[in-house]
Amino acid sequence: MEETTEIIVQPVDKSKVRHLLKVALILFIVTIIEFVIAFTMESSPLRTSIFIGLTIVKAFYIVSEFMHLGHEAKVLIWSILIPMLFVVWLIIALLMEGNAILLVH
Amino acid sequence: MANSVAAIGQNLWGGGQAPMKASYGKLMMWFFLMSDTFTFSALLITYGLIRYSHDAFNPEIHGSEFVFSQEYWPIPEKVFDSAPFLHGIEAPLVFVGIMTFILILSSVTMVLAVEAGARMDKLQVQKWMLWTILGGILFLSCQAWEWVHMIVGDEKGSVAQFFVNGEWVERTIYGANLTINQYGPPAFADLFFFITGFHGTHVLSGVIINILIFYNTTMGVYQRTGHYEMVEKVGLYWHFVDLVWVFVFTFFYLV
Repeated sequence: MEETTEIIVQPVDKSKVRHLLKVALILFIVTIIEFVIAFTMESSPLRTSIFIGLTIVKAFYIVSEFMHLGHEAKVLIWSILIPMLFVVWLIIALLMEGNAILLVH
Repeated sequence: MANSVAAIGQNLWGGGQAPMKASYGKLMMWFFLMSDTFTFSALLITYGLIRYSHDAFNPEIHGSEFVFSQEYWPIPEKVFDSAPFLHGIEAPLVFVGIMTFILILSSVTMVLAVEAGARMDKLQVQKWMLWTILGGILFLSCQAWEWVHMIVGDEKGSVAQFFVNGEWVERTIYGANLTINQYGPPAFADLFFFITGFHGTHVLSGVIINILIFYNTTMGVYQRTGHYEMVEKVGLYWHFVDLVWVFVFTFFYLV
């Protein structure tokens, strides 16, 4: 019975597609910047922080726009983001641990 | 449905409520992805732990020229400096850059498939799903090449010391596996195979699920159910795989 209901194909929403392509362009440009830095800058804590910063920028655009999380209910956004604090804790804990192992050797 | 619930009199516990305003399937996909984030975080942070517990290359101690050695952690762009058809030419990070662009592109085609699904446009969904599948297969092929290159190594090899029958002997080793590694400490190769392997497994399962979704779309399953939410859910997974690669790329290849 349901198969007889007519399905209407909506026309392409040009502004929506343009927005998605803009996000894709940002991701490409940030990746290219990362390459330029990889080839022109000496390895240093500053370079590492720039890389991490740019990675978070890319992650933000993928999660917020491509995965559409930025447009979901606030409670959903927070229930995904707040548990990430555990990851921050693990980074700090294990990197300190790694340094300690190096000193003991 | 929300309207009918409101009409009954705002009975919060009577069912039919969606506090996060997302369908059950999408919500569960989000929480699965969150748990997967922890798994990948654990792997990448382990990389950080083991890297920090090794010496870094220091020109003042280890000599001005960087060579592969078991003594210190390798510089990643010296390890990944090859590309297919360019034998003997140094092309640091070029191949992995191509892989990154392939994966971002396939993420873009996926988001376009989701957009077409929201408009009930079956033909467009099919088109963009096919491009996404193609991107995934391309990425996996690149990764297969990279693994083979890592395992076989180059013809120079590097010298490592082994403890055999109570004495230290020097041997030249070629390539890497889980016990020896031409490019540095064996742990570097172990982590490379584990982390890129675990990510590659995700890409592989993503490609398989994408093929299933493409098949269902072609058979008109979603036209009959009346919505393309399945494309959206699988899209979430596919973007997540891309997201993980962004982090693997930074922490394994760039830093």
